[in-house]
Amino acid sequence: MKHTTKIKLTVFMTIAVFLAFCAPNADAAGKKLKQKNIILATTTSTQDSGLLDVLIPIFEKKTGYFVKTIAVGSGQAMAMGQKGEADVMLVHSPDAEKKFVEEGYGINRWLIMHNDFIIIGPVDDLAKIKGVKASADALKKIASASALFVSRGDNSGTHAKEKALWKQAEITPAGQKWYQETGLGMGQTLNVASEKKGYTLADRGTYLALKKNIPLEILVEGDAILLNIYHVMEVNSKMWPKVNAAGAKAFADFMVSKDTQEIIRTFGVDKFGSPLFFPDAGKKVEDLGK
Amino acid sequence: MELILQGIIKAFHLLISFDPEVMNITWLSLKISGTATFISLFIGVSIGVAVALNDFFGKRLVISIINTGMGLPPVVVGLFVTIMIWRSGPFGFLEILYTPTAMIIAQAIIATPIVMGISLAAIQNLPPNLRLQILSLGASRLQMVWVLVKESRLPLLAAVMAGFGGVISEIGASIMVGGNIKGYSRVLTTATVMETGKGNFDLAIALGVILLILVFTINFILTQIQQRQ
Repeated sequence: MKHTTKIKLTVFMTIAVFLAFCAPNADAAGKKLKQKNIILATTTSTQDSGLLDVLIPIFEKKTGYFVKTIAVGSGQAMAMGQKGEADVMLVHSPDAEKKFVEEGYGINRWLIMHNDFIIIGPVDDLAKIKGVKASADALKKIASASALFVSRGDNSGTHAKEKALWKQAEITPAGQKWYQETGLGMGQTLNVASEKKGYTLADRGTYLALKKNIPLEILVEGDAILLNIYHVMEVNSKMWPKVNAAGAKAFADFMVSKDTQEIIRTFGVDKFGSPLFFPDAGKKVEDLGK
Repeated sequence: MELILQGIIKAFHLLISFDPEVMNITWLSLKISGTATFISLFIGVSIGVAVALNDFFGKRLVISIINTGMGLPPVVVGLFVTIMIWRSGPFGFLEILYTPTAMIIAQAIIATPIVMGISLAAIQNLPPNLRLQILSLGASRLQMVWVLVKESRLPLLAAVMAGFGGVISEIGASIMVGGNIKGYSRVLTTATVMETGKGNFDLAIALGVILLILVFTINFILTQIQQRQ
């Protein structure tokens, strides 16, 4: 008899504890709904570099919006916007972005910042590309040496840039033995490249943030085509009425504001000795990198 | 090797110092997976027992389906739930994509067949005459079911542990429907993947160690209840 009471008590306690879990949870979720939410679809590089961890809390405090940051590749981010599953995008795939706006899915596309892509690889540099000026030439050398190249392969902005570079080099790498696609984010792809001693294209921000674990070094940089440009874009709420247009606009305004641009300018300096991104609000794309 | 040691040391450091972010992530994991397991317990045990105790046409087919469900791939569940609840989906009006609620739903779907399959097997495993004996003692049908459930509490608690262990260590569905949003839907598994991506391997290992400690603690408590004479 005593035992059954004990078991009953335990069962009761377990139920009580679980219910206590559920209640505040449902409550918190309820409060945060109703167009207070903004879904920001962005690239992995803005999250992996830590920039958004700094910017988002400031934005939330200023405006009272709650930002749901979904860090995926630029391609997937725009696919979300195209279906109206995101409100605003921070992406770096300019050609695809232009098409996105032309097709009417995106509005108010603003230049936010840039950094650059770099071709990195193992120290022993099998394909001898160190110091090569034109990135297309470097890729040609990698191809003719059949040295391992690790690609993002995920339709991200970095992947789009990489494909553009291969096109410029007039090489079709897909299907080649020395060409491997990870389908992962920048950070994980860097890990793969470093483990396999392969070459890869990376954005400088993520590379600097991960450098301490990655024995790969910068081999090609400074080519004009390697510019990595980030834009903010709102999803067209005329196409998708459920989109939080006011919230999206507030976020875009925040990103181009003076204070935010100043934060971007200094972000990473204390940790890496050089900034990870260069703020560009109000500038023209053609003037970048000059 | 050194990295793993560093990670373990970091785990204890984070735990002892009550690092607010790690505490929050751990608490969220427990809350989401605990709730999901609890829901799956209700649905899983009741349907599992009902199927075990009734004879009907196609019973073997149903049992096969349940057993297949025990191996339901979390990413497929995640994809399915995402399509159902995104803005243009049939349940889009609920606006629950990228919330802990969505994670609870997905995890409950993953855990339910596990609990169902184990409880079904547990009840079927009882001696067939037991039912008749209980009924002949004058018990109502409901009382009979209650006695049977109590009789098989050992495997039933194993079902709870399997279900909970399955969902708290799950990542595919959680990251798809939860979005890994800082301080809101970031749990131990999704945080581990993100920190790995960021190259913070020691922190990633630390989060993994904390996840193990958490699962061990829960299982230890459940085992205490299970093994009680």
